[in-house]
Amino acid sequence: MSTVTHTPGGLAGPDQTPPPGRTPEPRAAVGGGRAGARFFNGFSHLFLAVWAIMVVYPLLWVVMSALKTDSEVIRKPLSLIPERLQWGNFARAWTEGHIGSFFLNTVLVLTGSVFLTMLLGSMAAYVLARYEFRGNRLIYYMFLSGLTLPIYLAAVPLFKGVYNTGVVLPFLGPNSHFMLILVYVAWSLSFTVFFMHSFFRTLPNAIAEAGMVDGASHSRLFFSVMLPMAKPGLISIGIFNVLGQWNQWYLPTLLMQSVAGEPKNQVISQGLIELSVNQGYRSDWSGLFAGVTMAMLPVLIVYIVFQRQVQSGLTAGVSK
Amino acid sequence: MRHGVARFVTGFLALPVGLYLFYVVWPFLQAAGYSLTDWGGYSDRQQFVGLDNYLRLFSDELIRKAFWHNVFFLITVPLFTIALALFLAFLLNVGGREDKAGIRGVFGSGLYKVIFFFPQVLSLVVIAVMWQQIYRADGQGLINGMLMKIGLVSEDEPITFMYDPEPFLGVPAVLWWLLLIAVWSGAGFYMVLFSAAMQSIPKDVYEAAILDGAGRFHTFFRITLPLLRDTVSVAWVYLGFIALDMYALVFVMTPSQGGPNHASEIFASVLNFTAFQKGQFGYACAMGVALAIFTILLAALQLRITRRERIEY
Repeated sequence: MSTVTHTPGGLAGPDQTPPPGRTPEPRAAVGGGRAGARFFNGFSHLFLAVWAIMVVYPLLWVVMSALKTDSEVIRKPLSLIPERLQWGNFARAWTEGHIGSFFLNTVLVLTGSVFLTMLLGSMAAYVLARYEFRGNRLIYYMFLSGLTLPIYLAAVPLFKGVYNTGVVLPFLGPNSHFMLILVYVAWSLSFTVFFMHSFFRTLPNAIAEAGMVDGASHSRLFFSVMLPMAKPGLISIGIFNVLGQWNQWYLPTLLMQSVAGEPKNQVISQGLIELSVNQGYRSDWSGLFAGVTMAMLPVLIVYIVFQRQVQSGLTAGVSK
Repeated sequence: MRHGVARFVTGFLALPVGLYLFYVVWPFLQAAGYSLTDWGGYSDRQQFVGLDNYLRLFSDELIRKAFWHNVFFLITVPLFTIALALFLAFLLNVGGREDKAGIRGVFGSGLYKVIFFFPQVLSLVVIAVMWQQIYRADGQGLINGMLMKIGLVSEDEPITFMYDPEPFLGVPAVLWWLLLIAVWSGAGFYMVLFSAAMQSIPKDVYEAAILDGAGRFHTFFRITLPLLRDTVSVAWVYLGFIALDMYALVFVMTPSQGGPNHASEIFASVLNFTAFQKGQFGYACAMGVALAIFTILLAALQLRITRRERIEY
C-alpha cells in the first residue's frame, strides 16, 4: 500500500470533474504512480467481484436447488445446473407446504397494514409537527420511546392482551388477520411518526396559509395540499414499512399460532420456519428450497425494478 | 375557530395514539408490573415479590452467559460490518482508473451497489433458512460440500457450524458463524450508505487537498473518513440495535433455539424460553425490563460518545 499516487483528482465519487487549472507535474514527480494506480484498480475489481459472488452465489444456489430432484440435491449438492427442471417442487411447496396460502395471507395483511400505517402515521406526525397544543411534546416522545424498547419485553403482556381481547371480540383475538394488521400498524407508528414529523416540519408555511385563506378546512388542507407535498417522504417510509412488515417474523410467531381445526392464517415467514423445521422429518429438500425461492424472488424483483428508490428510501430512514 | 382546531387535532390523533397505547405502551407498562410478581402466565395466581426477580437475574448462570453473548455481538457486529462496508465503499469510489477527469469510481460501481444491497431486502427468516442449508454439517451443505471437493475437509470430519460449542478465541464457534451471517447481510447496506455520504462531500474540499498534493489514500484517510464520522456513528447505533436482535438467526438456526448446550443463548432466547416453555412470566418480564434498561443506557452512551458538532457544508 506504499504506492501513493500523487495524481490530482477527487475521491468523492464516480462523477468527479477535474479541478480547474491542474497541472501534470505531480504525476511526473512520482515514478510508477500510474502502475500503482492500475494495480490498485485491478485489486479493487478483484475484491469487489469476490464479494459480489459471495452475495449472489448462495442466492443462485438456492434458486437452482429448488429446481432439482431430492436425490439430486443429495447426490450433487453443489451443481448449479439441474438435470431436468423440476417445476413440481414449487407446486408442492405452494400447496402442501402452504406457502401459497401463507403468501396470500401476507399480501392481505400487508395491504391493510401498510396503508393504515401510512395514513395514521402521517396524520399523527402532521398534527404533532404543525399544531401547538398541550401535550404535544409528551405524545411525540411517547412515540419516540418505542424506538428504543425491545419488542421482546412486550411479548408476554401483548400475547396476553390479544388473547383476552379475543375472548370478547374474536376478530381481535389470536390468529386473526385484522388483529395482526392493527398490531403491525401500532408497532410501525414509532418510526413512521418520527420520520414524517421531521418531513412535515420542513414544508413551507406560506402554502398552508394560502390554503387557509381560501377557506380550506384543516383536514382538507392536510389531504389535498400537505400530503401531496410530502410525497417523497411518503415513498421512503412506505418502502421501509413494506419491507419491514413483510420481514416480520416475531410478532406473527407470537400472535398467529393456529390451534388444530382453526384456519391457517399464518404469514410467509412462519411458513418458512415451518418448512425448515419439517424438513428434518420429511427430508423434502427441494420443496424447502422452492419455498425459500418463492419468499425471496418477489422482493428481489421489486427491488431490482425500483432499486434507486429502495436504496435511497432505506438509507434515508437511517440518516434522518 | 379555536374549537375547530381542537376537534381537528383530537380527531387526527385519536386512532394512532389509541392503537399505540393499547398494543405498545400498555404491554410495556404491564411487563414492568409483572416483573415484580411471581406470575406463571397461565393461572390467575400471582404474588407480589418485589425485586426478587431482579436479584435472581444476577445469580442466573444462563443469563450471565446470554449477557456476554449479547455483548459479543454488540461489539463484533458493528465493528466488522462497518469495517467491511467502509472498505467496500472505499474500493468502489476510489478504486477506479484515472484519466483526465481524475480518479474515478470503479467501472460498474452502480451494478456492484445493486448486488451488494440484495441481502438487505431479504427477510431475516429467509436468510436464516438459506444459511441453514449453506451451513449443513455434511457434504450436502454448500460450504462443507465445496471444502470436501477440494479436499480441505474430510468427509468424516465436516465443519459442524451450528453444532459447534467449542470456543474459538474464548467465544463459542457457533457465535462466530452467526456473526458471519450478520456481516454478510449488513455490509452492503452500510456500503451504500457510506457511498452516498462520500458523494455528498463537496468537491472543493478535495480540490484544496489536491492542491496540497495529497494522493488517493491520503485523501481518503485524512479527509473522507473524518468527514464520514457522523454517518459512521449513526451506523454504529443502528447496528447496535441489530446486534441485540440476532434472535431470528438463533431461533431458526441453532439446535433447541440457543444450543448446543446453551452456547448460542442470547437475552431474547432465554426470555422466550423462560416465558413460554418454563412458564415463568414474571421472571421473564424482569429479564425484558433489564434488557430495556440495558438498551436505553447503551443508546444514551453511544449518542453521548459519538455526539460532536455537526459539520455543515
